[in-house]
Amino acid sequence: MTTIDANEAVGDVAYRINEVISIYPITPASPMGEWSDAWMAMDKPNIWNTVPDVVEMQSEAGAAGAVHGALQTGSLTTTFTASQGLLLMIPNLFKIAGELTPTVIHVAARTVATHALSIFGDHSDVMAARTTGFGMLASSSVQEAHDFTLISHAASLESSIPFIHFFDGFRTSHEIQKIERLDDDVLHAMITDDLVRRHRHRALSPDRPVIRGTAQNPDVFFQARETVNPYYDACADKTEAAMDRFAELTGRRYHPFDYHGAPDADRVIVLMGSGADATHETVDYMNGHGEKVGVIKVRLYRPFDVKRFIDSIPPSVKSIAVLDRTKEPGSAGEPLYVDCVTALHETGKQLRTVGGRYGLSSKEFTPAMVKGIFDNLALESPKNHFTVGIHDDVTHTSIDYDPSFSTEPDTVIRALFYGLGSDGTVGANKNTIKIIGGETENNAQGYFVYDSKKAGAVTVSHLRFGPDPIRSSYLVNRASFVACHQQVFLETYDMLANLDDGGTFLLNTSWSAEEVWNHLPGRVQRALIEKKAKFYIIDGYKVAHESGMGRRINTVMQVCFFAISGVLPRDEAIEKIKGAIQKTYGAKGDEIVKMNFRAVDNTLAHLHEVEIPAEATGNGNLLGVLPDSAPEFVKNVTAPIIAGKGDDLPVSAMPCDGTFPSGTTKWEKRNIALEIPVWDPEVCIQCAKCAIVCPHGVIRIKSCDPSFLEGAPATFKSIDIKDKGFAGQKYLLQVAPEDCTGCGVCVDICPAKNKKETRLKAINMAPQPPIREAEKENWEFFLTLPEVDRLALKSNTIRQQQMQQPLFEFSGACAGCGETPYLKLMSQLFGDRALIANATGCSSIYGGNLPTTPWTVNHEGRGPAWSNSLFEDNAEFGLGFRLSVDKQTEMARELVAEMAVRIGENLAKEILEAEQKDEADIHEQRQRVAALKEKLKEIDSPDAARLLDLADMLCRKSVWIVGGDGWAYDIGFGGLDHVLASGRNVNILVLDTEVYSNTGGQTSKSTPLAAVAKFSAGGKRTAKKDLGAIAMTYGNVYVASVAMGARDEHTLKAFIEAERYDGPSIIIAYSQCIAHGIDMARGMQNQKAAVQSGQWLLYRYNPERAAAGENPLQLDSRAPKLPLSEYLRMENRFKMLQKSRPADAERLWKEIQAGVNERWKKYEYLSRKEG
Amino acid sequence: MDLSTTYLGLKLRTPIVPSASPLSETLDGAKRLEDAGASAIVLSSVFEEQLAHEQLEMEHHLTHGTESYAEATSYFPDTQLGDLGPETCLDHIRKVKSAVDVPVIASLNGTTPGGWTSFATWMEQAGADAVELNLYNIPTDPDQPAEEIEKGYEEILCAVKGAVNIPVALKLGPFFTNMGHVAKRFDKAGADGLVLFNRFYQPDIDLEELEVVSNVLLSTPQAMRLPLRWIAILSGRVEADLAATSGIGHSCDVIKMLLAGAKVTQVCSVLLKAGIDHLRQLELGLVEWLEENEYESVEQMRGSMSQRNVADPAAFERAQYMKALRTFSVMV
Ligand SMILES: Cc1cc2nc3c(=O)[nH]c(=O)nc-3n(C[C@H](O)[C@H](O)[C@H](O)COP(=O)(O)O)c2cc1C
Repeated sequence: MTTIDANEAVGDVAYRINEVISIYPITPASPMGEWSDAWMAMDKPNIWNTVPDVVEMQSEAGAAGAVHGALQTGSLTTTFTASQGLLLMIPNLFKIAGELTPTVIHVAARTVATHALSIFGDHSDVMAARTTGFGMLASSSVQEAHDFTLISHAASLESSIPFIHFFDGFRTSHEIQKIERLDDDVLHAMITDDLVRRHRHRALSPDRPVIRGTAQNPDVFFQARETVNPYYDACADKTEAAMDRFAELTGRRYHPFDYHGAPDADRVIVLMGSGADATHETVDYMNGHGEKVGVIKVRLYRPFDVKRFIDSIPPSVKSIAVLDRTKEPGSAGEPLYVDCVTALHETGKQLRTVGGRYGLSSKEFTPAMVKGIFDNLALESPKNHFTVGIHDDVTHTSIDYDPSFSTEPDTVIRALFYGLGSDGTVGANKNTIKIIGGETENNAQGYFVYDSKKAGAVTVSHLRFGPDPIRSSYLVNRASFVACHQQVFLETYDMLANLDDGGTFLLNTSWSAEEVWNHLPGRVQRALIEKKAKFYIIDGYKVAHESGMGRRINTVMQVCFFAISGVLPRDEAIEKIKGAIQKTYGAKGDEIVKMNFRAVDNTLAHLHEVEIPAEATGNGNLLGVLPDSAPEFVKNVTAPIIAGKGDDLPVSAMPCDGTFPSGTTKWEKRNIALEIPVWDPEVCIQCAKCAIVCPHGVIRIKSCDPSFLEGAPATFKSIDIKDKGFAGQKYLLQVAPEDCTGCGVCVDICPAKNKKETRLKAINMAPQPPIREAEKENWEFFLTLPEVDRLALKSNTIRQQQMQQPLFEFSGACAGCGETPYLKLMSQLFGDRALIANATGCSSIYGGNLPTTPWTVNHEGRGPAWSNSLFEDNAEFGLGFRLSVDKQTEMARELVAEMAVRIGENLAKEILEAEQKDEADIHEQRQRVAALKEKLKEIDSPDAARLLDLADMLCRKSVWIVGGDGWAYDIGFGGLDHVLASGRNVNILVLDTEVYSNTGGQTSKSTPLAAVAKFSAGGKRTAKKDLGAIAMTYGNVYVASVAMGARDEHTLKAFIEAERYDGPSIIIAYSQCIAHGIDMARGMQNQKAAVQSGQWLLYRYNPERAAAGENPLQLDSRAPKLPLSEYLRMENRFKMLQKSRPADAERLWKEIQAGVNERWKKYEYLSRKEG
Repeated sequence: MDLSTTYLGLKLRTPIVPSASPLSETLDGAKRLEDAGASAIVLSSVFEEQLAHEQLEMEHHLTHGTESYAEATSYFPDTQLGDLGPETCLDHIRKVKSAVDVPVIASLNGTTPGGWTSFATWMEQAGADAVELNLYNIPTDPDQPAEEIEKGYEEILCAVKGAVNIPVALKLGPFFTNMGHVAKRFDKAGADGLVLFNRFYQPDIDLEELEVVSNVLLSTPQAMRLPLRWIAILSGRVEADLAATSGIGHSCDVIKMLLAGAKVTQVCSVLLKAGIDHLRQLELGLVEWLEENEYESVEQMRGSMSQRNVADPAAFERAQYMKALRTFSVMV
């Protein structure tokens, strides 16, 4: 037995029975590729004793192409994907199936982006691939996913039909369960040498050449297409045969359709995926309570075997509901429903049949909903084409159900843990499950819910343990144990709502057993009393700190859980925890083991049970999340989502086309910083570096006439401005105390030192809670002061430029993010006329993941208009913006010219001739356009009306194409290249973190040589692609390579030049990332070191200079003076290799230094050449 | 010319030994030292605290931000990190040992009692011919009396002596109230050698950045006077072998240390400055001087100018300038 999640369970089998594995990261399937790559790096062999070749491709389309090629040449090949990734594979899938080529693609089924992207699970992706001719096998649990990996490969080799094996993204892919692991013997027995030989013999080989992949004409294509029918006809038999063989080997029996329930059931639900398990559980419960119901679990969805399906329905059944976890708008019904209806119709079987949708984007699917569906089926005329799990008040598709219905048996221990990402709660719970799964007879299940923020994220762990198999494929909502790992959650989350009567509540708190009760909100006190709960407390941070664990309370809280829950006898539990610690951390070093042991030993002495008084004394309800001044939409829609009540929103609350107001992060006061920066005006030299580097836009600078400060709050700070151009004004620097993440980058960059105490700078971190209220008031006052007149600012010097209002603020990016300062800078400079096309990735998540968006508007209501299309198409998407804007501008100009007389010749001339080269010019043009619009309103003609619609296009727009290196270097490179070649005026900003950051740090072609990243577990063996050099070859592309932490003025200059350049521009911006394994508070130092060592060059290539007879390339960084090794040692992505493969590291470090020297020489040569 | 000497029971071809430094951090460096004539090699110290710190730091950075966000529950591959403990250092000992013929002396700076003994044992197992304990810290606690510190050192020494069978040398700094007493104490406790004196990092202030910088300063020639005095004083008074370190740059310095009674002279700064090949110069100079002055062997001259053997023993004790004596008389 082993306790793992489905991604690992699937990867484990797939890796052992394949020879070539092509991979590409996509949530939630990435871990399958990550495991494969890691195993390859460890030289782990497959069952034929060879190490599979695991190769990352540039996209899923590429992965599918490589799979196709490897299959054609006779290797056992697989890949893993999900969602858009599967969609990118579709052209190849048709080919692979059309050529009867056995393979399996394992899919962690995920929502396909429509009105919005979603990383969560449903079947919209696999359903989009159902016409490809692939077989489709669905598993509904971790064990099944493990088993079906083997069965699908065997069935594919047997039948010659390639398979998609899928399981629900997150719900199954990320659920940890105790499963029976298949050993190599079983794998050998299923994937026989004969099967392999057959595959090999179909391979292309120059030794027995054939051609495959011809082009055919109307005369024969059709007939040829029909040749495959016998294979499809036989596929279900062969699959069942494989299942039977598997059952003989393992005792676990599956069928293409598995019926479970009363033999004489009157109602049956048909579905596939994880929902089948919740249904199974509900069926058992209902039948135990006198009902007669059943479930048909569809395993083999394609080829759809009509006979087997019909045979699986008990004769007693009167009505069935077919559930689809997908939506096919405009269809006669969702796909599984249509297939079932067809099967029934064709066999003449008369059954009342309805179809329903559930669970889109991992929407919960619970026994209560299942019960609701059975109740619907019992009606005289059950609702058809229904939805369940939402409240549809628009087209009234949803059926009702009783949410309090529960099937959870008392034999199962259910526990909920509320923690922060940073406190280690999830990791501890994963360990707990492994201990209980591995060391006891109990079955174990763990599922983890994260919010969408990268900094200060809240996590909820859902754990179940019990003697019987756990089929509860839904969240724990009745727990016997609830742990609150963060005291502050008492104010914001209703954690006790889920606590069973007589259950246990554990609170991590700094209050003592004596004082804690009086600090609890009345709501919490009342719940504890009413539920007759047991109440325990621990000062986890104290224990962790004293044990040397810093702020990681994982081990401490884990010990508490074992000590209180009684899953294991205490001593035994402690021993097992220590064993697990040894196992988890042994390889990471003795010190870590010792520190954790200390924490274990120190915990029990600090764990106290608190006597619950008879009466509640406290008051206070959940903190409201929003002030009254918030807009209606924010109050009605955003606020409930922030409060974790999004599930309650009805259909009518949601925009129908995915459009949302911008500027909403400011309503989400997250208060996640323990410490925030405090300005010391006396020490400050007013350089504004703290503001420019602030990743979260919380440091703001203004200047104003002293008179404005009358009535300022008592602690509001200001000082005479140093800038002579603003003489007589006050300089104001204000921190947004509730939006700061406490990253500390501002303090690190501050160059000013306090003369009395050199440890202090002009900005210093101080604990947030004591100053929160005062600073809040100061911040609000600061916001009431007018913005500095943009026209008065010299935007090419940072000290003045930073007074421009950021139109990108308070994003949910990681504390200390290296990307966001660039976006904020762009928003300050050009935000009021910017259109942003954003590639999928970190920037699209912190830029556009609900509930709120950081893109905001200025006092005129102008601001960036932002959209995300896909990952792979972003350059093209942005070019589309440009084409459209240019076209409309052209039309508007044509109309202005045509209507010049009526508009007024002068105004028309001025409008048409305005160069709009700078801010002042654009400002004037806006005024002209405003005047134009006024005039047009008075003219009654179709042209005037048309021009009125188009008039805003007469003002220059700034088109920005933004994305990370995964997009720019890999998946979107083809498009990027094309857009660069287009000559059109777009600005491309590559936020180069040198890995796929958003999906967890996988290698891209931007990853430097020698860096360890996912998919390069053994260290990257090839050099970073020189994207800038490629772009420069066009000659008419403005190219800049910048690193704000190395030279901020250079970054600023590059942004201004790029935007001003009338043609394609690309800025490649070094962005430190949490995936570098660095101290994020000092990330700007890493940028500096990267430049000083020559690892990152600063340069600008400006085609305008070439036009003026100068050398277009200006190399803006100095010759490397820092040994590269010193930079490499600052980052654990490089250091790691020294630990994992010292000999390789030594060699690669030399190689990368040599590469840096070479590159420097090359650039220096190019920049010195005469123009 | 017989240049041989015995140090820590090891028979060495010459008394010239490169001391613990980055030069022996690579295998190539160690081989080059041997080629240039090093008669033994002291490896750079293994710092227990640093290893512990590295582990914690790496663990912190590799797990920072994990399990916070659904799409990226981790940021690094699940690779076997191989060794984060002492294994790399021990492996280095093994490799150097098998690559060179001269004795290899491992150097250790521990932080915990268990650390001192276990590391020393591992070093012995890895093949070190002797171990040098680098008692390298600056006592800054004003409440800690000298006795406690000295006792602590003695306990470490005894523990290590009890744990290993190879010889154990102590490398000391000069900051003891009574150096002679301390030397005797460690001698009695079983030290096989005393290496006098280690130099500490010296902090400095960067006037531009207003930051404290503490970078390595290579020694100056004057630095050799301090070990010269104490080697002369201790020579013949303790059983432990005396090794001289600090400020030895020229063959004259080597000769002086030998005359004062050192069994070996350790060199570091000069090799960092002038290159490893400077070892040849030192040896040549020593031979020339011995020949010119008609000595037969190093052994013959060694200790001939120790405090016991010089005409004016008080010269090694003189602490003040004569001028100081004069002021004294004026004051009276
Ligand atoms: C760069 C450098 C590194 C050193 N590393 C060590 C060390 O790891 N362990 C140790 O005991 N002494 C170390 N030392 C001290 C030297 O071994 C030597 O005792 C000291 O520098 C005085 O000798 P010298 O004047 O010949 O340099 C180091 C010295 C330098 C300059």
